[in-house]
Amino acid sequence: MLEIRNLQVRLEDEGKEILKGVDLTVEPGRVHAIMGPNGSGKSTLSYVLSGRDGYEVTGGTAVLDGHDLLEMEPEERAAAGLFLAFQYPVEIPGVGNMTFLRTALNAQRKARGEAEISAGDFLKLVREKARALKIDAEMLKRPVNVGFSGGEKKRNEILQMAVLEPSMCILDETDSGLDVDAMRLVADGVNALRSEGRGFLVITHYQRLLDHIRPDVVHIMADGRIVKTGGPELALEVEQNGYADILAEVR
Amino acid sequence: MAAPLRKDDAREAATEARIAALGRPGGGFTAPARTDALARLTAMGLPTRRDEYWRWTDPAAFNAPEPAGGAALRVDKPIFEGRDKVRLVFVDGVFDAAASDNPALAGVEIERLAVADRADIHWAKALYGVLEAEGQAPVARPFAALNTAAATDGLLIRVTGRAAKPLHISYRQGSERSDAVLHHVVRLEPGAELTVLETGTAGARSNLVMEVDLGEGARFHHLRPQGRALDRAMITHLFARVAEGALLKSFTLTANGKLTRNEAVIRIVGDGAVAHVAGAALGDGADGPFLHDDTIFVTHAGVGCESRQVFKKVLKHGARGIFQGKILVRPGAQKTDGYQISQSLLLDDDSQFLAKPELEIYADDVKCSHGSTTGAIDETALFYLRSRGVPRAEATALLVLSFVADAIAEIEDADLASDIVARIEDWLALRQG
Ligand SMILES: Nc1ncnc2c1ncn2[C@@H]1O[C@H](COP(=O)(O)OP(=O)(O)OP(=O)(O)O)[C@@H](O)[C@H]1O
Ligand SMILES: [Mg+2]
Repeated sequence: MLEIRNLQVRLEDEGKEILKGVDLTVEPGRVHAIMGPNGSGKSTLSYVLSGRDGYEVTGGTAVLDGHDLLEMEPEERAAAGLFLAFQYPVEIPGVGNMTFLRTALNAQRKARGEAEISAGDFLKLVREKARALKIDAEMLKRPVNVGFSGGEKKRNEILQMAVLEPSMCILDETDSGLDVDAMRLVADGVNALRSEGRGFLVITHYQRLLDHIRPDVVHIMADGRIVKTGGPELALEVEQNGYADILAEVR
Repeated sequence: MAAPLRKDDAREAATEARIAALGRPGGGFTAPARTDALARLTAMGLPTRRDEYWRWTDPAAFNAPEPAGGAALRVDKPIFEGRDKVRLVFVDGVFDAAASDNPALAGVEIERLAVADRADIHWAKALYGVLEAEGQAPVARPFAALNTAAATDGLLIRVTGRAAKPLHISYRQGSERSDAVLHHVVRLEPGAELTVLETGTAGARSNLVMEVDLGEGARFHHLRPQGRALDRAMITHLFARVAEGALLKSFTLTANGKLTRNEAVIRIVGDGAVAHVAGAALGDGADGPFLHDDTIFVTHAGVGCESRQVFKKVLKHGARGIFQGKILVRPGAQKTDGYQISQSLLLDDDSQFLAKPELEIYADDVKCSHGSTTGAIDETALFYLRSRGVPRAEATALLVLSFVADAIAEIEDADLASDIVARIEDWLALRQG
């Protein structure tokens, strides 16, 4: 369970306040969606939760399954079960996708006191997950995200998620830049991972993704706060009318 | 003829003292070349930091008549161990027959310089000290002349066919005060192929020269993971002459070592030839002083030739990296494709990388480019890796591998390349346990 209480964050450099008291609880087995205008702080929330440098937490808490996230290194948060599918996945030339995945998986296992996965089991695991996402062997051999199309990068994020099996998945605009078929693949990938113990926080601008990944709860974020929370119908309302009505209503 | 260095009394005295302390080995076919080299060394004198070519690397350790000395590595894990090869071993510059393989390789004649030099006539006479002498212009290389004059041993390798396996020159350091001066001559007849592996610490101080003459269409691969003894001082020169359609690829890995200067002087004299020189250097000043200097000079005198220089340095805790690289395109060397990149990754603020890339072009239809960069670890990539659970140190190590990947890519043989990568991982302590 992810519990965020009154989280306040500003930029370390400029001192600009970005998150102004975010409250949000994602229960295991549930899918929450966050929508909201550009610049409202959605990505910032995902970065702060996963421990990126450059942000100063000035108040509030974020707890994952009893772990105080804000006190942990990014790698510790990952080992504790947090996963962020990046809005802009990073290219790492010269490091093979497989090496990267195996290093990550084994590092997490080690941190949890588990044995390393054998080379054979690892290969089997990745092949199986990759097949479902239509990621071919050639792509697995290439350096991390180098020369991948936008859609391939997003599918690669979901592959990492499938291999690492986190308990809390944050997807930051994983649907942007995807064609209709790729969107389906990604949604199927996410749906395949839905389980009782796993929570999802899906950041998106479009109803379309939510047609495939049916959220339990939809939040609207504006100017660094969650301003409205509702069911799937809230996403439809945004799709039809934009944010103006909702923002006017909460003011 | 080499441009003499600036005349002064101190230089003359230093040069005299250095020459006086040198042995005078070899009385056979190399005698005229040695006499000539000694005269050239006397005329040009030893370098000082006031000389342009040595302004970033202090030559004092090479100038001193006696080596400063330094501890050998207690355990130096061998590299290329699982690969099929013919290994010849030099310990402190002295050939070790007992530790060496039988030097039999089809299509390859292998002799020791010290043995062959008893004769007055030898195929290597046309090359010994000759490529070195030609490489003295336009820049003086005093330590190469010194080597030609005073080399105690080395290998004379003549290749007439395609060698079925690599020739491995394995250096070992036994003594804390050894001063190794070795000189190899390699001649590939037209169409011949050979891979030479050169590994290890040759001595507390070492001066190594390799002269390589490639006939038409010959293919020569050179892989050189240098010795990892922390205190060693090492200067090497690779002189190569590359004929029409021939290919030369040389890659050097330097991890540790107080002082390393690797000079490569490549002359492409035939049309349609290819010469690549690449290297990766890894230095951590916390282990002891580290200075690594790549000084490269590639001359294009043929039409339609390609050259590449790809050098990467990873530096931390006050380690220093130097790159001086030049591409010279002679008149008439049209359709030249010359490329040069030197890059450093500074893992902290203490370390330093100095680069002097140069192009000098006298032909109008050429494509030449050079670039040099200095950078730190990419924080975005670091965060990406850490967000996947990879701890900071391991993530940094992966990004170092990422950084050197372009240089590694210059190694054609995948198995040998993976041995080199393993050694880098070893340095990065990725392989512990
Ligand atoms: N490192 C930074 N430097 C400067 N401004 C930043 C930085 N990070 C975030 N911001 C600012 O903080 C605000 C929130 O940005 P954030 O990326 O979280 O928005 P978002 O809701 O994800 O927007 P989008 O829908 O466009 O992805 C924006 O005004 C943005 O410009
Ligand atoms: Mg965003």
